[in-house]
Amino acid sequence: MTLILCVWVLLPIYLLIVNSLSTPEEVIAFPKRFFPSFNVASLEFFAGFSGIVKALQSSIIVATITMVLSILIGAPAGYALSRFEFRGKTTFRVLILMTRAFPLPLLALPLAIMFIRTGLDDTMFGLALVHTMLALPFSVLITFSLFSGIPIELEEAAWTLGCNRVQAFTKVVFPLILPGITASAVFAFVISWNEVFAASVLTIENRTLTAFLLQSLDVSPMHLKFAGGFVLVMPALIFIFAVRKYLFSMWGIANR
Amino acid sequence: MENKALPYLLLLPTAVFLCLFFLYPFSLVAWQAFVGDNGFTLEHFRSMTDHWKFSISFWNTMLLAVAVVPIQLILSIVMASMVNAMRKGRDIVLYIWTIPLGISDLAAGIIWLAIFEQSGFLNSMLQSIGVADKPQNFLTYDNLWTIFLAIALAEIWRATAIMFVILVAGMGLIPKEYNEAAEVFGASRWQRLWRITLPLLRPSLQTALILRVILAFEVFAVVAALGGTSFPVLMGETYNYQFALQDGHVAAALALVILAVSIAFTLVIIRVLRVPKEAQI
Amino acid sequence: MVLLGASGCGKTTLLRIIAGLESPSGGEVWIGGKRVDHLPPRERGIAMVFQNYAVFPHLTVFENIAFGLRMSKIDSAIIDERVKRTAELMHIESLLDRYSGQLSGGQRQRVAVARALAMEPDVILMDEPLSNLDALLRLEMRAELKGVLENSNTTTIYVTHDQVEAMSLADRISVMHKGEIIQSAEPVEVYRNPATHFVGSFIDNPPMNFITAHRKSDSEEGKWLVMGKTFDGPTINTPEVKFAIRPEDLAIVSASDETGFAATVRVVEPLGAHTLVTCNVDGTLFRVIVDSSVRPESGEVLYLKPVADRIRWFDSATQLAIA
Repeated sequence: MTLILCVWVLLPIYLLIVNSLSTPEEVIAFPKRFFPSFNVASLEFFAGFSGIVKALQSSIIVATITMVLSILIGAPAGYALSRFEFRGKTTFRVLILMTRAFPLPLLALPLAIMFIRTGLDDTMFGLALVHTMLALPFSVLITFSLFSGIPIELEEAAWTLGCNRVQAFTKVVFPLILPGITASAVFAFVISWNEVFAASVLTIENRTLTAFLLQSLDVSPMHLKFAGGFVLVMPALIFIFAVRKYLFSMWGIANR
Repeated sequence: MENKALPYLLLLPTAVFLCLFFLYPFSLVAWQAFVGDNGFTLEHFRSMTDHWKFSISFWNTMLLAVAVVPIQLILSIVMASMVNAMRKGRDIVLYIWTIPLGISDLAAGIIWLAIFEQSGFLNSMLQSIGVADKPQNFLTYDNLWTIFLAIALAEIWRATAIMFVILVAGMGLIPKEYNEAAEVFGASRWQRLWRITLPLLRPSLQTALILRVILAFEVFAVVAALGGTSFPVLMGETYNYQFALQDGHVAAALALVILAVSIAFTLVIIRVLRVPKEAQI
Repeated sequence: MVLLGASGCGKTTLLRIIAGLESPSGGEVWIGGKRVDHLPPRERGIAMVFQNYAVFPHLTVFENIAFGLRMSKIDSAIIDERVKRTAELMHIESLLDRYSGQLSGGQRQRVAVARALAMEPDVILMDEPLSNLDALLRLEMRAELKGVLENSNTTTIYVTHDQVEAMSLADRISVMHKGEIIQSAEPVEVYRNPATHFVGSFIDNPPMNFITAHRKSDSEEGKWLVMGKTFDGPTINTPEVKFAIRPEDLAIVSASDETGFAATVRVVEPLGAHTLVTCNVDGTLFRVIVDSSVRPESGEVLYLKPVADRIRWFDSATQLAIA
């Protein structure tokens, strides 16, 4: 049973890889072979296709900005939630949780108008702001759980040993949560990397890879689609592997 | 070390961001959907519902959610309890089963396209075992049911992982003693799942279902990759209005419909899986 | 000085207020003639040992002990010397390169104490430092801690709920109850002359026995009746007082003894060195510690004679000791 479910997850990915590592002719040939010929012609074609390199660049830049913003904005909030009792704490947590009950990509519609007014339309930064909105609830909740995992006594010990609040944070808390912060940053990167709807609505010139592929679905040949899918999937596989330890603790706390 | 202002200072960036990019835009959507050239109007909703594709895309979205979510719920519960009971190889199985979490809906659509397209792997397999002599075209408008099946499979494949992860995390929060106690009192494996684990898992089930149902109403890129225009869904129509038809007002009206359906289902799920405060772990 | 009290009585809060980790709702904190309650913890000249040790997991034992010294920008040669010295004192000189994750609970405890000692603070604050150790290790650490603290000659405030720990370590014990210190005295004094009914019932295990004594007659001042036997007590003008006696200060005597009162044996617990007998005296439970050779039967009637100068009297209304 376990094995069947593993095959169920892995087989489709394997088939995509077979297609991506076959020549364009093999991709449209019938019947198809179930083993790749390890030919990179499809991927070469993909790389040479006009606009792809730029889209790939855009995807990486947008995802990187998203990653940085969501941690910079979210981590302080996570710290505040884990360390302080204050009025409005519950309200704030509910607001954060509530964002998950909304179809967030729809935000792209009003923001498209807002961005035109502010000159952010069709910019990578504008799209990154929307993606940050998608990633922010997660980064707040994840950092909240990370900080909660560091006993407050460690910080208090640092205070009694001569640290002020900032020193205690940089010398004790930060080194301890660094791996977790990295994981949540990676998670934010993946959210942005994978996002289709907002990216398609908000960008025209600076299309991300997902937006580019979606736009050209009707017109692009099969082998281009598969190579594109391949390029989308591979980083995600690595990212999930990198953060696998944290996935469960992240969601454990997000449950409450 | 008490500082009353500090927590608020730390929350400020997130709060400002939420206002600017969450609360404000959603009020803008509402504004756009209800306001025309001459003030308040239901005109946009009328032109939305008048369009022949609206009710099709609405029911397609619902049908997909109704077909996919229950299967995913059961599947994720089964997978989570399997992992929970697993000793050897748990880490690798966990990794494999969470892989789809990192895969975008567009990529998932493309992956399943490789299987269902005319010269795809399904046809190749059917021919090699001699079931079909010539390749079937599964994804054309006269084969709506196979399109539906392909989309449903792709969705189940892609988005069960998110529920799985939440449930595994939730099961990790349930102290082992409860299950062991039940076992000592003679509960079978099935009874333990039904009487102990699932009731204690309600908060996680709630989160998982809410998240999944909302994602189901947002279904878009999978459909675009597999069904193209022959299987319209709400999110796709929203995109069309915004982009192809350049009518932001109707797009906003559609967005409100998706929002309303999402909120309605969220409330139902919260109500059904409510855990009284006294009964929480 | 040991702050002793049941859990939730406010002793840890008091310690944290002294440390500056919590702010008091009123009052002032003075350390060594200096008012400190407006200062952050780092400027109070204190060091603290936490209940769960709070040994930094990302630093080696050496760096943990050196942490406070580094913060005060002391020359690294001096740091080196001081870390080594305190580590030797706590017998952890061989662990200096390890991380907290590689240490046992007892070793972590030693690191936490060494880290506090290395600061050479005016006051060391200890919050139930032994409570997370297992029984045997606790006994060992207790003796060692006592030696180290006596040698270092640093004022130490030690919080515990364990009265044996308090008795063994303290120069002075302050017993806390519901947020207030109700008696502050040398350990033997707290044991012999509890200031209140609560202190008597809290210190030592099993605690003091209490029973109501009635005034013998209006004419005879200072004569009190317990189970029909007459005892000399305080000369106060109330109809009744509390008569108190420690379980070890009761002797079994024959029925004819004039101050031996009758007690029905309920439970007999042989504890090795002695036997603990729980009796019923007129509806009140009385615990008696007798020699292990004595094995009364349940239901048997014993006659208990209190050692005269160990009897204590408490006011029934105010619960205070009557001198």
